[in-house]
Amino acid sequence: MTSNYNFAFLDENTKRMLRRALLKAVAIPGYQVPFGSREMPLPYGWGTGGIQLTAALLGPDDVLKVIDQGADDTTNAVNIRRFFARVAGVTTTERTTEASVIQTRHRIPETPLREDQILVFQVPEPEPLRTLEPREAETRTLHALADYGLMHVKLYEDIAQYGHIATSYDYPVLVDGRFLTSPSPIPKFDNPKLDHSPALMLFGAGREKRLYAIPPYTKVESLAFDDHPFEIQRWEHQCELCGSDESYLDEVVVDDRGSRMFVCSDTDYCGQRRGEQAA
Amino acid sequence: MYVAVKGGEQAITRSLQLLAEARRGDLTVPELSLDQIREQLRLGVARVMQEGSLYDEELAALAMRQAAGDMLEAIFLLRAYRTTLPRFGYTQPLDTNAMRVRRRVSGTFKDVPGGQVLGPTYDYTQRLLEFESTAPTSPLQAEAPLPDTMPRVLDLLDAEALIERIDAGVDPEPIDLTREPLMFPADRATRLQNLARGDEGFLLGMAYSTQRGYAESHPFAGEIRMGEVDVVICPEELGFAIEIGSITLTECQMINQFHGGNGLPPQFTRGYGLCMGEGERKAMSMALVDRTLRCDELGEPAYAPAQNQEFVLSHSDSVEASGFVQHLKLPHYVDFQAELSLLRTLSKQHAQHLNAEETAAQETSS
Repeated sequence: MTSNYNFAFLDENTKRMLRRALLKAVAIPGYQVPFGSREMPLPYGWGTGGIQLTAALLGPDDVLKVIDQGADDTTNAVNIRRFFARVAGVTTTERTTEASVIQTRHRIPETPLREDQILVFQVPEPEPLRTLEPREAETRTLHALADYGLMHVKLYEDIAQYGHIATSYDYPVLVDGRFLTSPSPIPKFDNPKLDHSPALMLFGAGREKRLYAIPPYTKVESLAFDDHPFEIQRWEHQCELCGSDESYLDEVVVDDRGSRMFVCSDTDYCGQRRGEQAA
Repeated sequence: MYVAVKGGEQAITRSLQLLAEARRGDLTVPELSLDQIREQLRLGVARVMQEGSLYDEELAALAMRQAAGDMLEAIFLLRAYRTTLPRFGYTQPLDTNAMRVRRRVSGTFKDVPGGQVLGPTYDYTQRLLEFESTAPTSPLQAEAPLPDTMPRVLDLLDAEALIERIDAGVDPEPIDLTREPLMFPADRATRLQNLARGDEGFLLGMAYSTQRGYAESHPFAGEIRMGEVDVVICPEELGFAIEIGSITLTECQMINQFHGGNGLPPQFTRGYGLCMGEGERKAMSMALVDRTLRCDELGEPAYAPAQNQEFVLSHSDSVEASGFVQHLKLPHYVDFQAELSLLRTLSKQHAQHLNAEETAAQETSS
């Protein structure tokens, strides 16, 4: 642990500012709280929002897990885990069940989370309406009025043009029946895990200087129409390593003739299953 | 076997070793000292301090060396370090009227009280590569020193009421953009803070666009001055002001056309730019962009990118922009897989649809 920096890098005043913003976020599920995001020693767009939230949450007894694309050993996840081991000296783990704080990019673990766990999402674009309306002043007004017609029209136009809702990740959700919210770029496969989750879910967007929360056991609906209900991705394959037919699969090109194999994106889930099978 | 992403930790360690080796280069060549960088690359140091929002020549030089001369990386290093520094307080507003001027030019009057002072400028160097090593020069002492303070050129117009008057007292207390998020609409003080930290290249391009018809603002360089300004703080426990040092600043005041309206007589308007160290290009760009961003206040039609404050202010910061553009090299295979699977479904349906149409067409023709 590097002693030249305060515990978990940020000074205590900054952590207090973050915690107050987080309390507000938990009090208003799905509402984007502006906060005084700091420059972190990792680049904007690489998880600075999640890192600031994790820094504000961590205590010396916490056990931290960091995943990117579901995997613990992707380079950016390794780097963030190294960062906290260096500036906070906390215990880190790759086991979902052992972690008290899990920072994630683009996935929710397959293993169900518990009430004593917090999931911290890295968010590139917190505003679900941004691609439809670039002006921040305007989107804040739309949220204030709960005017989400733009998004419904977009989904309708998808169906009219393609026969399907053409959003496969970062699929918009309505939190607690009030705020339209970005679940971050998780595949829509993971959206059902947001609904009534026992674990607290926190979202940090460092570059955009917004954070928001889905408190435990909050109703989270993925937008859909009565005649076009929400559906998640399915595969014709099973994981070639652990045989799971329930997990989100990554497609890996294995030779230069275009052969593919499908494996779990959640490396801990896959590894645990293989361990059990071997035993 | 599936090995695509294994071994991230070791790969990172090895990559850092390679980077250290590449940064140092040939070991028979002596390492740059921070003094060398500070003394001989002072304009680079100034830019890193300015956009890094931290006035410390030593740290800026260190960041430049560590970044192997990549200015945006050096700026990022300084910003990240800045996060860890406690905030003791705020200085009193810097008084650029009392600047100890080393350079001062005006494009609007042939001569001005205090004179045109070229100072150390690249403007008239003719840009011929100097192949010989730079011989030490021995500048002549001036016969008389420059005056301690020089009146501002714009104050001359102000005396005639030909330029808008800005009462320093009416400005609201500015927010600190490094502690609070940027919210829209942003007032002028907030916009200027954002521009001051903004990327020089981005501001230059934006400023240039206003000169080429995207929000024309008829600018004249009223005055550009560079020199040293005292920094004064008033600690609460003392109750009186003390000078803690001086810093180099470049200030640009643009004069822009405006034809009155809203009950005001026709008068010139102002655009303002300020930056740490010698940074004339940046200060001038900032002044042009500041002026165009005042379109709402001055009732001008807003149609150009440089007039759109959300567009300009949200995209001016090189640390934000560089991070987000380059985050695309991080793995996205979960989202990509989601898109692949959707696209395969859609394309299958498209083929079925075509087949069905062909069959129908054959049936009707037969």
